[in-house]
Amino acid sequence: MIENLTEIFTSPHYRNTLPFIVRGLQLTLIVTFTGVFFGFILGSIFGLARLSKSKIIYGIATVYIELVRGTPILVQALFLYFAVSDFFGINFDALTAGIIAIAINAGAYIAEIVRGGVESIDKGQMEAGRSIGLSSTQTMRYIIWPQAFKRMIPPLGNQFIISLKDTSIFAVISLGEVTYLMRQYVSTSGDPFIPYIMLCFAYLIITVPAMIILRRIERRLDV
Amino acid sequence: MIKVTDLHKSFGKVEVLKGIDAEIKEKEVVCVIGPSGSGKSTFLRCINLLEEITAGDIVIDGESLTDPKIDINKLRSQVGMVFQHFNLFPHMTVLKNVTLGPLKVKDLSNEEAEKLSLDLLGKVGLSDKAHVYPGSLSGGQKQRVAIARALAMSPKVMLFDEPTSALDPELVGDVLEAMKDLAKEGMTMVVVTHEMGFAREMGDRVLFMDEGVVMEEGPPENIFDNPQHPRTQEFLSKIL
Repeated sequence: MIENLTEIFTSPHYRNTLPFIVRGLQLTLIVTFTGVFFGFILGSIFGLARLSKSKIIYGIATVYIELVRGTPILVQALFLYFAVSDFFGINFDALTAGIIAIAINAGAYIAEIVRGGVESIDKGQMEAGRSIGLSSTQTMRYIIWPQAFKRMIPPLGNQFIISLKDTSIFAVISLGEVTYLMRQYVSTSGDPFIPYIMLCFAYLIITVPAMIILRRIERRLDV
Repeated sequence: MIKVTDLHKSFGKVEVLKGIDAEIKEKEVVCVIGPSGSGKSTFLRCINLLEEITAGDIVIDGESLTDPKIDINKLRSQVGMVFQHFNLFPHMTVLKNVTLGPLKVKDLSNEEAEKLSLDLLGKVGLSDKAHVYPGSLSGGQKQRVAIARALAMSPKVMLFDEPTSALDPELVGDVLEAMKDLAKEGMTMVVVTHEMGFAREMGDRVLFMDEGVVMEEGPPENIFDNPQHPRTQEFLSKIL
């Protein structure tokens, strides 16, 4: 026990894990940014589809959203990486699978953010746009979307943080992001305590500033 | 200019308009009065198809609104609408609110659209507010911007849906002034209003609506001073 305590101050693991953290975080961030970027595109499409008057379009969007929200992302990643590639004979590398998994997963949640954002805009805005002769697409583009997007920023920021943390489960598909690398480090060094503390800090160093920035934006936007 | 024949409108099972016939001539100012729930606003909203017509027909300048081939956007660009709650675009400056239609629907150049819009803002007395956001305007100013925005499309007819009902009493005057100027210039106007003073002074004709039909219509003198229908008498006795 006493040995453990001194180890906290003298452990070589602080320094030794650093290169792994730097390398792993890079991949973590790449997967998160790319995944959430495509997730935003998916989410915008399906979010607007949820507002469609067409029952078919609405239905498709609803099925996608509920399937994704109703299953764990771990299962989704396993399904994509192992089941889909096996069944269709497509071989994704772990990075592609990870990005697709984040995109599909975040897309479903973002779709609900988009729907909520657009629905929160007063109906009179659409009517005013239409009354000056804009088409519904133009009204969406110039009037509804810019206002709705502003309201979507805080929940989108939250989703970004959630997705960032979600990438840690890609350790199961051997995607060399930071959690995976740290697990490997622990299995070779046999010493879990300090490396896993460092892993926590690796995430916090991104998520805490992200939350602070987000709160600032929120205050500035006054939403 | 506008001919309404046997117009019916239902929301689900509730029939709000139960057969309206009306005609609005060019340069005419028609005021629509009546108790709330009488269908006045719905009637107005049907004229630019913000509400789908259940049955009957509206013909504007020879074009039937129930014709499936009608270009709704083109029609709407020719029918200006002013809403009770202004519905300005809060994320755009006053000037951008007004230029949006000319830019995107009439395909004017930036300079043309701005010149037109600044002229119109001058006309409603708000030249100095061109570059502020609607959030910093009073209700009366907002409504005048909304009028300028509708005018920017050079509409053939202007529809006003209770344009002063959401305003503080001391701000009503400016908006009514802007509307009077418009009427004097010969704009065809349909005004749903509770401002009986305006209806009496500016209206060429007054329609009294109740329970989804036009109960009585005529020149303001007749309607206000000598109403025939008992419902009109009852309504006017309550508000005058």
